[in-house]
Amino acid sequence: MAEAAAVVAESLAGGRARAARTVLDQVVLPGEELLLPEQEDADGPGGAGERPLRLNAGARARVRVVCGPGLRRCGDRLLVTKCGRLRHKEPGGGSGGGVYWVDSQQKRYVPVKGDHVIGIVTAKSGDIFKVDVGGSEPASLSYLAFEGATKRNRPNVQVGDLIYGQFVVANKDMEPEMVCIDSCGRANGMGVIGQDGLLFKVTLGLIRKLLAPDCEILQEVGKLYPLEIVFGMNGRIWVKAKTIQQTLILANILEACEHMTADQRKQIFSRLAES
Amino acid sequence: MAAERKTKLSKNLLRMKFMQRGLDLETKKQLEEEEKKIISEEHWYLDLPELKEKESFIIEEQSFSLCEDLLYGRMSFRGFNPEVEKLMLQMNGKNKAEEVEDETVELDVSDEEMARRYETLVGTIGKKFAKKRDRANYEEDENGDIKPMKAKKMFLKPQD
Repeated sequence: MAEAAAVVAESLAGGRARAARTVLDQVVLPGEELLLPEQEDADGPGGAGERPLRLNAGARARVRVVCGPGLRRCGDRLLVTKCGRLRHKEPGGGSGGGVYWVDSQQKRYVPVKGDHVIGIVTAKSGDIFKVDVGGSEPASLSYLAFEGATKRNRPNVQVGDLIYGQFVVANKDMEPEMVCIDSCGRANGMGVIGQDGLLFKVTLGLIRKLLAPDCEILQEVGKLYPLEIVFGMNGRIWVKAKTIQQTLILANILEACEHMTADQRKQIFSRLAES
Repeated sequence: MAAERKTKLSKNLLRMKFMQRGLDLETKKQLEEEEKKIISEEHWYLDLPELKEKESFIIEEQSFSLCEDLLYGRMSFRGFNPEVEKLMLQMNGKNKAEEVEDETVELDVSDEEMARRYETLVGTIGKKFAKKRDRANYEEDENGDIKPMKAKKMFLKPQD
């Protein structure tokens, strides 16, 4: 980490923007500017490498690049707004450019459109429910936004219920709105989460780590005993197992696994498997 | 003859909401595209090449779902919640776009429900053919299911 900080301080002191390609998987700090691959030819050190002269230098290939969380557009460059590691994903379907984002850690959730979250119903007013999702404002959920709900057939939702839904409107100017159906009108697992179980809060980075496709923690947890988990992108996890003790063990494991190394985790799991 | 002539439904009728529910996603998209084509000819648009130059090719997105392939948020292990397990296969399978190799025949009615129905079916059909005196033996449960027939009362020889 000391070397990374030294390198960063050097480049910031120099005032030069670095190429995004060279900084992948390294720590970046807010305020840095990153160059996209097409711009390196023009802005790089003059005559450093033998590059063939391009005849049509004016018409650059315009590749669409997506800048994700932690980055903002600043003219033709990317500006870092959060500290963390810079990541890149190659484009899958051929729509060029790929995605750049900063892998940062935070506990406070900011509503984002399309995210699936767990919310707690706090109030029922007229035709909408007010749902607390951990953001600056409670989100609104219309009673028609459930599968098979009509004006006569209202969903059975009480104050204090847990809801798993997704955002349809979420920006800094408006109150967030969520729904429990997808664009086709089907529930797809969203809606009121069942009875019992335990809801607890973790950091946002841990949720993303647990929901990664090749997560070993979840595979090991799944072998212990029958259980059900729901992950909300707002840092909330709901777990349920057959007995209260099993539920509590599960909650403790998920909270603690953020700060454990792989060996410590394996020790704990082996101890649990014995008992 | 009415059988020879097919009733043709008008376009406006087909565009109504109750006719659209049965259509699947593809036909809906096609219909939307056709409607857009009709509208776009009348739409006004700006013909300014300089504005297109200034159009940036960097798109800002605040969502993590574009960046990382995350799994579906609801999970169930070792059969705790069978519906959620089915959902897991469905949603995670959509992301990976894998083909399902082994097709399990999906039962519309579970075995237990089938057994329960047969149990009561015997009662209802039996009641139909029973004589008036025997119909009193078919009582109705609190659920409205017909209970099977009780033992008939036979002649008891009096003991001396």
